[in-house]
Amino acid sequence: MLIFTEQCLNGLQFGLLLFLLAAGLTLIFGIMDLVNLAHGSLYMMGAYFAASLSALTGSLLLGAALALAATLLVGIAIEVVVMRRLYGRDHLDHLLATFGLILFFNELVRLLWGPAALSVPLPDWLNRPIEILPGFFYSAYRLSIIVVSLATALLLYLLVMRTRIGMLIRAGATNREMLGALGVNVRLLFTFVFGVGAALAGLAGVMQAPTLTAFTGMGENILILAFVVIVIGGIGSIRGALMASLFIGLADTLGRAYLPDVLAHMLGPAAAATVVPALSSMLVYLLMAMVLLLRPRGLFPAAGQ
Amino acid sequence: MRGTPLAAAALAAFLAAAAQAQTKSVKIGFVSTFSGPTAVIGNDMRNSFELALDHLGRKIGGMPVQVIYEDDQQKPEVGRQKTQKLIESDKVDFLVGYIWSNVLLASLKPAVDSKTFLITANAGPSQLAGELCSPYVFSTSWQNDQTPAAMGVYMNQRGVKSAFLMGPNYAAGKDMLAGLKSTFKGRIAGEEYTKWPDQLDFSAELTKARAAKPDAVFVFYPGAAGVQFLNQYGQMGLRGQIPLYTAFTIDETTLPRQKELALGVPGAQQWVNDLPNAENKKYVADYKSKYKMAPSFYGAQTYDAANLIDAALTAVKGDIADKEGMRRAMERAEFKSVRGAFKYGNNHMPIQNFYLQDVVKQGDDYVLITKATIVENSQDRFHDRCPMR
Amino acid sequence: MKLRPLSLGNAVAAALIAFLLLLPIYCGFAGDVFLLTLFTRILILALAATSLNLIMGFGGMPSFGHAAFLGIGGYAVGILAAEGIVSGFVQWPVAVGVSALFAFVAGALALRTRGVHFIMITLAFGQMAYYVASSLAGYGGDDGLTIDRRSQFGGGLDLSNRAGFYYLCLALLLGGVYLVHRLVNSRFGWVLRGARSNERRMRSIGFPTYRYRLTCFVIAGAMCGLAGVLLANFSEFISPAAMYWTRSGDLIVMVVLGGMGSALGPVMGAVALLVLEEMLSGVTEHWQIILGPLLVAVVLYARGGIAGILETFERG
Repeated sequence: MLIFTEQCLNGLQFGLLLFLLAAGLTLIFGIMDLVNLAHGSLYMMGAYFAASLSALTGSLLLGAALALAATLLVGIAIEVVVMRRLYGRDHLDHLLATFGLILFFNELVRLLWGPAALSVPLPDWLNRPIEILPGFFYSAYRLSIIVVSLATALLLYLLVMRTRIGMLIRAGATNREMLGALGVNVRLLFTFVFGVGAALAGLAGVMQAPTLTAFTGMGENILILAFVVIVIGGIGSIRGALMASLFIGLADTLGRAYLPDVLAHMLGPAAAATVVPALSSMLVYLLMAMVLLLRPRGLFPAAGQ
Repeated sequence: MRGTPLAAAALAAFLAAAAQAQTKSVKIGFVSTFSGPTAVIGNDMRNSFELALDHLGRKIGGMPVQVIYEDDQQKPEVGRQKTQKLIESDKVDFLVGYIWSNVLLASLKPAVDSKTFLITANAGPSQLAGELCSPYVFSTSWQNDQTPAAMGVYMNQRGVKSAFLMGPNYAAGKDMLAGLKSTFKGRIAGEEYTKWPDQLDFSAELTKARAAKPDAVFVFYPGAAGVQFLNQYGQMGLRGQIPLYTAFTIDETTLPRQKELALGVPGAQQWVNDLPNAENKKYVADYKSKYKMAPSFYGAQTYDAANLIDAALTAVKGDIADKEGMRRAMERAEFKSVRGAFKYGNNHMPIQNFYLQDVVKQGDDYVLITKATIVENSQDRFHDRCPMR
Repeated sequence: MKLRPLSLGNAVAAALIAFLLLLPIYCGFAGDVFLLTLFTRILILALAATSLNLIMGFGGMPSFGHAAFLGIGGYAVGILAAEGIVSGFVQWPVAVGVSALFAFVAGALALRTRGVHFIMITLAFGQMAYYVASSLAGYGGDDGLTIDRRSQFGGGLDLSNRAGFYYLCLALLLGGVYLVHRLVNSRFGWVLRGARSNERRMRSIGFPTYRYRLTCFVIAGAMCGLAGVLLANFSEFISPAAMYWTRSGDLIVMVVLGGMGSALGPVMGAVALLVLEEMLSGVTEHWQIILGPLLVAVVLYARGGIAGILETFERG
């Protein structure tokens, strides 16, 4: 039972990390109708900034905070220079332009930081097990990811549901033109939303950097998964993004944990190990395809859609 | 007189041609990983190769040498493309490097089809030792199964009755776990393969390991994965609870980041930096003074590769076209290896000793030392499948 | 019959084709094997891009999973070869057939959606194909599969002859371009283009647009599967990475760069992209830092690609 709990915690942690990325993505898609492939690049920038700045300042926490700020700035810069010109255009244009941004950022990072990956060492107080329950140890680092992600989700909820800006965001998701007609500075709002999305992606990158190291192209894999999450959850719906990312995080981790044993009896462990990750990934895409066909608005569509 | 300028011109032309023939150089294509999380391995190999060239006076077999370094990005199709480019566009005489078994297997056909000598300084897939063996391919490292097989022998000596195995799901990972199973006499409590190279989060598999309650855990996780694995092993509280045995998981490229997590975790290797032969002492000392860090086994194997090629070219007195002669020279393995003398089997895989390496703290540093010899003159178990004699 | 004046676009097209025809002869004289292999690869990818142009440029169906067909065609050859079936007469029809089948299934489902949802579904199918290939442990999985012998056709057709293989690829490419050209200018093509600009109107006139689109999708999938067959023969290797979504992105870039809606556009796009890549990587290994912003600029300011630019010169 404890083992199952541990696996669930692992799945929760992965799901929450996915949520950080998906939340920003779905906000940007929902409010600005912008398909942003460069979201993965912001995630990568967060990781690289975390590596450099924590090495520079000698403190992981300080470095992480500075990295968040830096990623936010990069996000705003992208919005002003490129994204503004893409609003209102065809989605294919978005895809192509942001694909170009991916290429640019991957190479920029190589130019500035070199081709080798950067590691982010954890301080001792994180790099140890914590006894959650008697006899049940869990990684302090993973616990901190869970805590930070939940706190961020709560902050996001408060922002969107309880503040004036949040009201504008929700209004913009429902009816963009009306918002402009009412005299709201839509341009500033869009920049703000993009900044929030960039900060969330950067935070995900900062938290993943110690495990994955910061390397070129690290955004591509997780970006696609984030898109699947927001399609399943419902574009523009943060609640949907949360549900879908938790579901996918748990399904992926529990699948990896328990499916191989079933298949190993039939195929042998090496073959089972090859099939299982593929199987769980395929199931995720199959699910997305089914949702798109049956409920194109997603499972938890944003209000007003 | 009219004849003299003509004769002088002819003489000049002849001398120029002779000079041209003498300044013919050896072209070596070096395929390794220079980007991403495992770039540190490629850099170690490149550093060692350059050091070997320094020691040889920047000449191989007495001829000037040009090395072209290419990055395989740890991907089989990229490594293959780079290999083909080196063969077709740069027209190299030798191919050296190849960290990863899947990259090597993908690059094998172009090399063999074009009859270009390929010296693998790391990867040793079982297929290469068996049915895919080629007169043009030599290894200065080992065959993948040999090292974990030695560790299996050691685990038997330690009375380990059950083991949980973990490794990455690609050619080498499968070889490594199979190699352990070929000598380990205990029960296999579990066998987990993780996605390679993307998966650096081992939480799900480590949880299963904990649940299986084995006597020991055996892993093969090279490069950055090794750092992550030891980190997570400690984070999950498994360290000190279940003994860990490794192959290729702790080396001089990963030790600076693994630090005290690697203490007391044994590994098997055919080369450790404190091996007492003269060649090795010179290599390690000069590497440390030039690069300010300790070399790893990847580098040691690459250093040997340079000397192997040098032995071949010296034997044929610089006649690169004499491939038969070079092959026979290399098969004799007469160069001075940093691991000590070894012979080649019929499949061009080394027959060599394997040592027990362990980590100790010396002052502020963590270093690897040799603790014992596990097996002597070990030969890989695939050599009968190789048709070469 | 009045001769139409030679437009700039046609002149460039003719020059390009002439260049491609004469290249192997030059390479034979200069002994430059590398240039020949580079352009063989360009031709194969141009064929894939041409098939994408059919659905994307003319049909208005942007697919982010098109690279899947390259992989399907390639794996058909690879798997059959691994099982001992090396005859091209068996491999090639199977490859094209499986590609068409996959296109039928994927298209049947995807074409029920529009816009970004269509893009996401095609992406999903592309990734599913990638993961299926990764799970083929018996055929290399992620490590990929080496193909020992190229497709055998017996008689005079030897695929291992570099120049011969090049001309085969060129012939198939020109055939594909011609097919697209004829399709697009036929009744079928007009329905397709009409459906792209205003589907409701087409349907109200009585055209079953769904069926037309699906047919188009299947033809494009089969053509790309053929490109995959050529790619597998060319590289003598196939791996799941060929189907990853970023490779579909590369194909889209080629089509947009060359000019969507122009029959030879994808060829120009493929040549431009890959030659640029080759030249720039000789100068600096950071060439992609130029390509990225270039792509953004093309999307923002030169949406019609190279063909569009040529047209502007012509008119202005």
